[in-house]
Amino acid sequence: MNTGQTAEIAGPKKANVVPNPDVAAKLISRAKRPLLVIGSESTAVKTKDGDLVDTAIRVMRNEKITVVATGHLVGEFRRRGVTKAYSMGIFVLGKHLSDPDWRGFDGLGSYDAVVFAGFPYYMEWLVESGLKNFSSLRTISLERSYQPNAEWSLGWMPEPDWKDTVDKIVSRLEEGK
Amino acid sequence: MANRNVKLKFDELSSTLGTFKGLEIQIGRIMDEEWEEPMGPTPMPSVSTLRSWDRKLLNRYKPFYMPFCDLCCLCTYGKCDLTGDKKGACGISMPAQQSRIVLLACCIGAATHAAHGRHMLNHLIQEFGKDTPLVAALNTNVEAPHVRLVCGIKPQTIGDLEEALDYVETQIVQLVAAAHTGQEGDNIDFESKAFHAGMLDHVALEVADLMQIATLGLPKGDPEAPLAELGYGTINPDKPVIMCIGHNVLPSVDIIDYLMDHDLFDQVEVGGLCCTAHDMSRYNKRSKIVGPISWQLKFIKSGIPDLIVVDEQCIRTDVMDQAKLIGVPVLATSEKSCLGLPDRTHDPAEAVVNDLISGRSPGALVTEPRKVGEIAVKTAMAVRKRRGEKKLVDLGDLKEIASKCRTCMECIRACPNTLPIMDAMTAAKEGDYGPLAELNDLCVGCGRCESACPADLPILTMITQASKDQLVNEKYPIRVGRGAIQDVEIREVGSPIVFGEIPGVVALVGCANYPAGGGDVAAIAEEFLKRRFIVVTSGCSAMNIAMTRDEEGQNLYEKYPGNFDAGGLVNVGSCVSNGHITGAAIKIANIFAKRPLRANYEEIADYIYNRVGAVGVAWGAMSQKAASIAAGCWRLGIPVVVGPHGSKYRRMLLGDQGKEEDWKVFNARDGQEVYVGPAPEHLFYAAETLEEAMVMIAKLAMRPNDTSKGRAVKLSHYIDLHKKHYGAMPDDLHLFVRRGQDVPFTMKDEIMKILEAKGWVEDRIASPDPTLLDRMVRRRE
Ligand code: SF4
Ligand code: SF4
Ligand code: SF4
Repeated sequence: MNTGQTAEIAGPKKANVVPNPDVAAKLISRAKRPLLVIGSESTAVKTKDGDLVDTAIRVMRNEKITVVATGHLVGEFRRRGVTKAYSMGIFVLGKHLSDPDWRGFDGLGSYDAVVFAGFPYYMEWLVESGLKNFSSLRTISLERSYQPNAEWSLGWMPEPDWKDTVDKIVSRLEEGK
Repeated sequence: MANRNVKLKFDELSSTLGTFKGLEIQIGRIMDEEWEEPMGPTPMPSVSTLRSWDRKLLNRYKPFYMPFCDLCCLCTYGKCDLTGDKKGACGISMPAQQSRIVLLACCIGAATHAAHGRHMLNHLIQEFGKDTPLVAALNTNVEAPHVRLVCGIKPQTIGDLEEALDYVETQIVQLVAAAHTGQEGDNIDFESKAFHAGMLDHVALEVADLMQIATLGLPKGDPEAPLAELGYGTINPDKPVIMCIGHNVLPSVDIIDYLMDHDLFDQVEVGGLCCTAHDMSRYNKRSKIVGPISWQLKFIKSGIPDLIVVDEQCIRTDVMDQAKLIGVPVLATSEKSCLGLPDRTHDPAEAVVNDLISGRSPGALVTEPRKVGEIAVKTAMAVRKRRGEKKLVDLGDLKEIASKCRTCMECIRACPNTLPIMDAMTAAKEGDYGPLAELNDLCVGCGRCESACPADLPILTMITQASKDQLVNEKYPIRVGRGAIQDVEIREVGSPIVFGEIPGVVALVGCANYPAGGGDVAAIAEEFLKRRFIVVTSGCSAMNIAMTRDEEGQNLYEKYPGNFDAGGLVNVGSCVSNGHITGAAIKIANIFAKRPLRANYEEIADYIYNRVGAVGVAWGAMSQKAASIAAGCWRLGIPVVVGPHGSKYRRMLLGDQGKEEDWKVFNARDGQEVYVGPAPEHLFYAAETLEEAMVMIAKLAMRPNDTSKGRAVKLSHYIDLHKKHYGAMPDDLHLFVRRGQDVPFTMKDEIMKILEAKGWVEDRIASPDPTLLDRMVRRRE
């Protein structure tokens, strides 16, 4: 298995590899308040929908899933006519997520499953380390590289397989599975 | 404390040992009693003296830890797994362990600057005498704001700086001791100690730079300091080339002096990399600046240097291997970096030169700076001759080399910026070297790809070779580091900064570990120069700012003046010049606001924090020194933004804008505790993108003391940048608009609508005479 950047090895507690798209979809759909966190590299990551921003916009049709863009990426959502995505710096978000008293973007409570995609490798590595150590959240990485600090990670796969996998996960969520 | 020093002078002394004439004995130094300002509350603070101030800040900006390693291996109880709420065998928790590592990083940084300063001090006192007047800058009385503030000393000679450095060294020992197994156990106390290390660091920076300014004729705060040449293409490879790498300019000074004394400057090229280059150009603008630290390995690999001289800090620790590859010797000049070389300090210069030229020795250690010049110049000239025509590295046919690529991706996995190296190799296999050349600007020159490659491809050399045409044309002007900010400049800008009419001071400092090339730093500089901020810079960032031209071929140093005023681009110099940037903030409090400076740290920091809209930006921060420099800013209440790689410092200091109770201050006019909104919102923030950083910088420039006019100016920049990059108005304006007059006039309708929707009420956010210090309250109601 390719672990992403060479020296970024896992600690004693490391991510489970998601065995198939169904499992990933179930992890997300079973959550009461899932949050999809979309990183600044998303416009450069091609998916079957176009790029990761397009995929996130598709996910947003599922009312249950909140989407937040980090960096200045929310501008890209707005350019594509989508105003519903939230915006927050990745580490400010990490800090809020590790605070059990945080009430979420809508004031209705925090989230119980947090899904990451579209990040510089080491930034996601770090924020997931913060959450692994200082929260009990379920974290799921949908990157093409293995992210050891998530609770669940897709693990490395060739680009066509990854595009397929992401598409299947989103389709399952659309089917409500 | 004041009189622990005694000086005895005898015109003639007779004793049982004989008669001595003109005898002078000095034990320490007598405290300067000519300084009328009374001693403040915290002269030479110990580790815990300023703890309550630190806790005030750390209570607002609670650390968010992102462990970079879940284990601890610092003692033989270990390794200990600290994941989650597990504890080490010594009882330490994960938050404490992370802050302990932050402390250690800051201690290494502060120790490095202190050791640098000590070397300067010892050598320059020996050469110039301890009574050399300490002249820091033109039109300036407050010569050493950090030394005055922290130590309560007003130094008048270079010898007077010794006491400040003694203090710094003693304190660093205390701090390192706190990191021993079974000492400090509380993460906030570790953080406070890291702040202490940062404060000490800025004293050390100031000492080191003032020493060289006062003795070596470096510019003394001159806004019109001369332009020097920067870039790969400024070096003529046909001449013997001496390449000086590091931060301590003393050996390079001797090389320049030797060339001047022997009328050889036209025949030999002296180029510098990293901060040594800055200080060489400050000493003599005819020396060339090759580039920032990221150019180091690339420039060695080019084969251009005929001799590599290393001093200290940020030098390649494998420089011997790299020099061997191009067949040139290395001269090491610092005890801190002996590189396994024989100590030839006391050997005759000719003998050392002969051994280096003949290749009998791959290098030599010469720790006396005044011996380096002759050896370096003679060696470089002879090596140049020996190497003849063929000195530039030419790997031959890149296509053939690239054909050995196994497309294994190991290089990409090793690359800190995940650059598409493998794709570039695939293109090179087809004879297309464009993609390889394109990597050059994005590459930080770490060489990790080469050590990872199972096919042993010389990847970085290939990138350098593919971008050769571009590199040889790299020639840029840079205004040499001017050193301190003059007192008269502070008087001019004090009021507009404190009342917010100059929207802020942006300090672009630090190393070159950029996520996407140095052009980003130039982009930040230009954005804020256009907006009439004061932009101050130093180190590698100051170099990268020079390396971008507009369509007319001009760079920012040609377009913007060098004075400390709105729209000025102020290159202060090298890493050790960073003390002048925080020093300027201190001087605003002292000179403009007339706050007492002497040993009065809390009050001055409180003033800066609440009033001076300064933001530090270290877009490519890499080193432990950058950590300690940042920590020195934090303790003074100056927020710092770092680039993506800066997240690896593993903890952020983030405010929570939603927690109203966190943003209360005392109104010094009546003692009331009032809500002032989250300004500045964060103390240490890593931005994921350049655009995010720009918006954050504008936002962090806001301070509780802003006048309405000032706040309106600051808000207009924040809103404008936010709209540009986030495609909408910020959604937190209701936290920064205190009253109607704060709203930028041209956006009034739009903003008032947003405020209404948020339930905003005029004057719920107060505009007091803000202070975090109860004792600063003048009158209680
Ligand atoms: S210092 Fe503490 S945590 Fe670290 S190895 Fe020793 S006992 Fe374990
Ligand atoms: S030398 Fe450049 S290309 Fe190679 S790993 Fe370092 S940054 Fe990447
Ligand atoms: S590590 Fe070497 S062999 Fe592997 S892809 Fe990179 S250049 Fe090719």
